[in-house]
Amino acid sequence: MAGSNGATLPDPQMEIDGVSLSFGGVRALTNVRFNIYPGTIQAIIGPNGAGKTSLLNCISGLYKPQQGQIRFEGRNLIGLAPHQIARLGIARSFQNIELFRHMTVVDNLMLGRHVHMRGGVLSGGLYWGRAQREEIAHREAVEQVIDLLEIQAIRKKVVGALPYGLQKRVELGRALAMAPRLLLLDEPMAGMNSEEKEDMARFILDISEEQRTTIVLIEHDMGVVMDISDNVAVLEFGQLIAYGTPAEVKADPKVIDAYLGREHAA
Amino acid sequence: MQSGTFHTTYAADMALRPYWPQRLRIALVLVAVLVFPWFADRYWLSLANTIAIAAIGAIGLNILVGYTGQISIGQGGFLAVGAFSAGLMAARLDMPMWITVPIASLFTAVVGAFFGLPSLRLKGLYLAIATLAAQEIITWVLTHGKLLGIGESLSIPRETSNIFGISMTAIGNPDFAFYWVTVGSLILTVLFVSNLFRSRVGRAFVAIRDQDIAAQVIGVDLFRYKLLAFATSSFFAGLAGALTAHYRGIISWERFTIDTSILYLAMIIIGGLGSVSGSIYGAAFITLLPALLSNLARLLSGAVPQINSYLPYMQQGAFGLAIILFLIFEPEGIVKMWRNVKDYFRLWPFSY
Repeated sequence: MAGSNGATLPDPQMEIDGVSLSFGGVRALTNVRFNIYPGTIQAIIGPNGAGKTSLLNCISGLYKPQQGQIRFEGRNLIGLAPHQIARLGIARSFQNIELFRHMTVVDNLMLGRHVHMRGGVLSGGLYWGRAQREEIAHREAVEQVIDLLEIQAIRKKVVGALPYGLQKRVELGRALAMAPRLLLLDEPMAGMNSEEKEDMARFILDISEEQRTTIVLIEHDMGVVMDISDNVAVLEFGQLIAYGTPAEVKADPKVIDAYLGREHAA
Repeated sequence: MQSGTFHTTYAADMALRPYWPQRLRIALVLVAVLVFPWFADRYWLSLANTIAIAAIGAIGLNILVGYTGQISIGQGGFLAVGAFSAGLMAARLDMPMWITVPIASLFTAVVGAFFGLPSLRLKGLYLAIATLAAQEIITWVLTHGKLLGIGESLSIPRETSNIFGISMTAIGNPDFAFYWVTVGSLILTVLFVSNLFRSRVGRAFVAIRDQDIAAQVIGVDLFRYKLLAFATSSFFAGLAGALTAHYRGIISWERFTIDTSILYLAMIIIGGLGSVSGSIYGAAFITLLPALLSNLARLLSGAVPQINSYLPYMQQGAFGLAIILFLIFEPEGIVKMWRNVKDYFRLWPFSY
């Protein structure tokens, strides 16, 4: 599989291979094809309605593309249920926060540990011996995420009552608690002020550097995208119009035309 | 003024009741529960038994509706499955209570999981209608149950109500003896369900209620866990039904109609959705309300002789009024009112 983009690149961790998705007559994605390399921060940009979130939904199994394959570490994901894909080590956050609103921060993060735990109804109800030790062991893992994201003070707070910026951070934490090998972030900085954006960018870089997690990032803030990502894929009307390093993409006339608008080119 | 309790181990921080005032309250309640039957007469004992059984059923329904967010109006049907399967085992096979009750509960769990199958595709009101179908199907089977040999009603032989061969009448009157069975079952149910919802499967149930798409993406198998919620919930409905059968000694399908399903929904709404203790408060409230009204009517019947003929209307009216008042003033139920009281005293003399 390696080598199609040049001999220096490692094997891709995920191959998005000719994915097409349509809803009735509306084509959301048309023959999208690019690779995501391990340990990188891969940005996906594009105007509203370009199909960025649709692509993430295809990866996490919420949408079933009519054509193409999405291979994660060599295994085709198309046809797997979302929970099976999660079990393979793919986590995500959502554009509009989709937390478990009535649960505490700790419980939300503990759900991130769900795929790594064994306990069933009986062992949970008895909460004895192994079941209790399992809960405690995973609580320790969750506390590490809490430390990383600096949310110690709110760990026992009910999520629905937290301010927006913190909810975004908790949602990142829940995905992170899964200890994923691939992390999909759908506009993690939407609606944040510049200080909150800086915090979030720092967390994303920390995760990338400390845990070597591959990160796929949808983001509208061009400054952030150009600063932190290794590769950028540009979608417009469901088609991939450019792919490359931030510098390459920024210089691509098609991107300047389609995404940044003609006046920027002038 | 307390500044906080600081736990130094995860086990202490994750305990069911991490703070000493909570433990003190639990201890006081347990003492009251142990002392009560020695002083209560049969009337109050029978009310206590009814409450304990209803509380088990309400906790079961709350697992499904309050915690997992799957609306069910089939609770009466599931209670009936537990009651009649235990009753048939006792009446036809002379099996003792300590065998029939667990088997009936497990059987009801299987039946519940089966009727939970539509929950994969249906949500909210549509699922509610599907569970209504479960209710009607079960009632139909019971009223046409000649195959099973059920007539208008089913009598359960008194001698099957024994535990390891010790008859229930050996230690006093049946109400007194059953008190230990019903309250013991309730305590075990409370412990089990409270533990369940601080561990993996319970959290997955709540996740399905709060955000089912996010739950899937985080690795929760929706289909499996919804069925598991139906099964777990129905297990406790079956337990309540089976206890009812042995306690009453005679059961008929009329005890388990859709009215019963609605009554159980009222219990968990009034008590508090998604709360184990709320289920108990709700069961107590719904059981005690008509009883207290009829006591009141008896007191007043000297002054207002015709009051007894109005009693059924008064009971229904009070029931409806109670639900409306709760929905308006405390939609989160009795459990929230109790929490407000506790907060008031905890923070006193400050208001927050």
